[in-house]
Amino acid sequence: MLEKAIIGGGRKYWSLVIVLLGLVGVGFAFWLWQFHEGLTITGMSRDVSWGFYIAQFTFLVGVAASAVMLVLPYYLHNFKAFGRITILGEFLAVAAVSMCLLFIIADLGRPDRALNVILHPTPGSILFWDMVVLNGYLFLNIVIGWTVLGAERKELPPPKWIKPFIYISIPWAVSIHTVTAFLYAGLPGRGYWLTAILAARFLSSAFASGPAFLILLSFLVRRFSKFDPGREAVQKLGDIVTYAIILNVFFLVLEVFTVGYSQIPEHLHHFEYLFFGSHGHSTLVPWMWASIVFGLSAIALLIRRPMRRKEAVLGIACGLVFASTWIDKGLGMISGGFVPNPLNMVREYVPTGPELMITLGVWAAGFLILTVLYKIAVSIKEQVELK
Amino acid sequence: MYDAGKIIVGLVIFVGLMTYPFWSSPGRPTPLPQVELTAEAKAAKECVEGTEFMRSTHMQLLNEWRDQTVREGMRIYTGSGGRQYTVSLSNTCMQCHYNKENFCDRCHNYASVRPYCWDCHFVPERKTDG
Amino acid sequence: MGNDRRDFLKKLAGICAVGAGLTPLSEVSAASGRPEYDIKPRSLVGKRWGMVVDMKKCWEEQEKRECKDCIHACHQVHNVPDIGDIKEEIKWIWTDPYENVFPNQEHEYSDSIGKPFLALCNHCDNPPCVRVCPTKATFKRADGVVMMDFHRCIGCRYCMAGCPFGARSFNFKDPRPFIKERNEEYPTRMRGVVEKCNFCEERLAVGQLPACVEACKAKALVFGDLADPGSDVRKILRAQYSIRRKTNLGTRPSVFYVV
Repeated sequence: MLEKAIIGGGRKYWSLVIVLLGLVGVGFAFWLWQFHEGLTITGMSRDVSWGFYIAQFTFLVGVAASAVMLVLPYYLHNFKAFGRITILGEFLAVAAVSMCLLFIIADLGRPDRALNVILHPTPGSILFWDMVVLNGYLFLNIVIGWTVLGAERKELPPPKWIKPFIYISIPWAVSIHTVTAFLYAGLPGRGYWLTAILAARFLSSAFASGPAFLILLSFLVRRFSKFDPGREAVQKLGDIVTYAIILNVFFLVLEVFTVGYSQIPEHLHHFEYLFFGSHGHSTLVPWMWASIVFGLSAIALLIRRPMRRKEAVLGIACGLVFASTWIDKGLGMISGGFVPNPLNMVREYVPTGPELMITLGVWAAGFLILTVLYKIAVSIKEQVELK
Repeated sequence: MYDAGKIIVGLVIFVGLMTYPFWSSPGRPTPLPQVELTAEAKAAKECVEGTEFMRSTHMQLLNEWRDQTVREGMRIYTGSGGRQYTVSLSNTCMQCHYNKENFCDRCHNYASVRPYCWDCHFVPERKTDG
Repeated sequence: MGNDRRDFLKKLAGICAVGAGLTPLSEVSAASGRPEYDIKPRSLVGKRWGMVVDMKKCWEEQEKRECKDCIHACHQVHNVPDIGDIKEEIKWIWTDPYENVFPNQEHEYSDSIGKPFLALCNHCDNPPCVRVCPTKATFKRADGVVMMDFHRCIGCRYCMAGCPFGARSFNFKDPRPFIKERNEEYPTRMRGVVEKCNFCEERLAVGQLPACVEACKAKALVFGDLADPGSDVRKILRAQYSIRRKTNLGTRPSVFYVV
């Protein structure tokens, strides 16, 4: 099946692959510099000790979890329209989890000692479990995707032994994002994160951003290949995005109420910094309000079915959903947790150029994996369906 | 065979690259490393353990020392000869073997290993004799 | 035909995997079992090391001269670098205003607002940093000291996120160029690991008190075994009212402030 990645690709495919490889190379070069000099080349500091890398990892775990939104309706409820595109969700999960793992390696102070997490397992640490569930999910999606696609290529039903793996992948998808939320939600000194609803917020924004991205990817697949994911599947995904983004905004309202009405400084100060600025520092204020505006606009566009039936409207709304959730998780969450610091001082974080180049390199690597895997999947589907 | 020209050329290049270490320095054997002992090392007559043991196992011993001191708080080591030593790279081993370039580095360079102990642990600054 | 070759390759891979898995069993270390390790004879022994800080005594000294003896002693003995940049600074012990060391505990009528208070790792009895470390590079010893194993730290900085007191620093770059005065008897750290106060465990091991305690001429710092009712620290805690930082978080700090 791998030969499908190299045969039959047109000029657009290869141009995309070369550009992505170039970006990966640039990012890698910057990472080598970081490995040599240390994390001083980033904008992280003693007070904001996690930054862009961990923020991207957190966001992408959500995107990866969203494969379950295709798998669950198809395998548990026999929603046939999704049957043709579960592979797109599974391969998106592979690309997203790969990016997560790369971001974690990029963030480590001593990546040469990364294996210590396996050599000295610490079940009391949530980071240990994060490593377990992320790698497990990667393995699951590779095995499931490859097996089911291989069977489809031979025009046979998938082998029976794959079924348990598929069923396990459903709660496993929920677990990867729950465990990632637990990384934050159990820290006693970080009032922004110390809330039971953090895991629920993570999952709702994951189920909004992931399917939104899948919808956009489906449009691209339809545009650049002969495989059509199907109008019904795209519309159903649109329904899922709609409910998920409404739930996400609702959860935010719940948070704002608890924090704003109880007015406990340990929790309130972080929201104040994010949305209004604190002690003259307000870098994130326009971003956070943009996230709110994007989210509400997306709801306005999506909430009436006749509107979201129009694929142009759906596409714009998905872009807004993706942007809104990315700002919320990829920018606001980390800074919001660390600012103000445990001594109530406001020390801001802004990523540096080299940090952004490494980030871009990892995103490019993920898109490269996605491009290659999608090329394989789509080529096989073209071959089978359009004989 | 198909594409015979390309395959044979490719094979020749591949075999050439893979065997490079063998034919790139013909007839010139690389000498085994010789280590130099300082006056203090000679005067001490014996190391923490015997020479052969240290040659083959000092890496494992140092790892054990590291875990015993840092994680268990054990700072006294009784060697098989019965003598007691403070468990410390800088304050015990390097007090005799401060001539790092002519001692530690000799074998490490030969074997192409780069232990990064001395990124943190000091090498005593002393004039090495000879 | 094709399936035979595939089967053969699969079996070959299986055998290799088994062989690779068995290799570690054959390399049982020759150096284990025999040697004896022990603590040094003059080592200070305790069940729960703790410290009492009396800022009034410190302030009396500050009126005579600007005193940073404890900070200098600690940072010199442990080769703590002076990075000179507030973003990447490394500090094991430092001072900050009262309202920052005890956030959300102050009221606007207190005369302590703005006054400097000493801050350091609290060596908590229930440390969240130890809970979150994925490699046990930070761990709690039986005598109460929360330790760092710089050899094992992978620099993930989860402990820095977990500490509610901001007591931990990270080596963003190689610290050696920034060390003013080297103490050759104690190692430095390398870029990429987290560090913090270690209650001078290497001094306790040879019968010495922590460097900051010894350096303080005003005797504002008292160190001792909290589990021993006859220790100096317990005597002070019985006689005077004391507070700790952020007790509502349940970390049970071992550093007490007499007010």
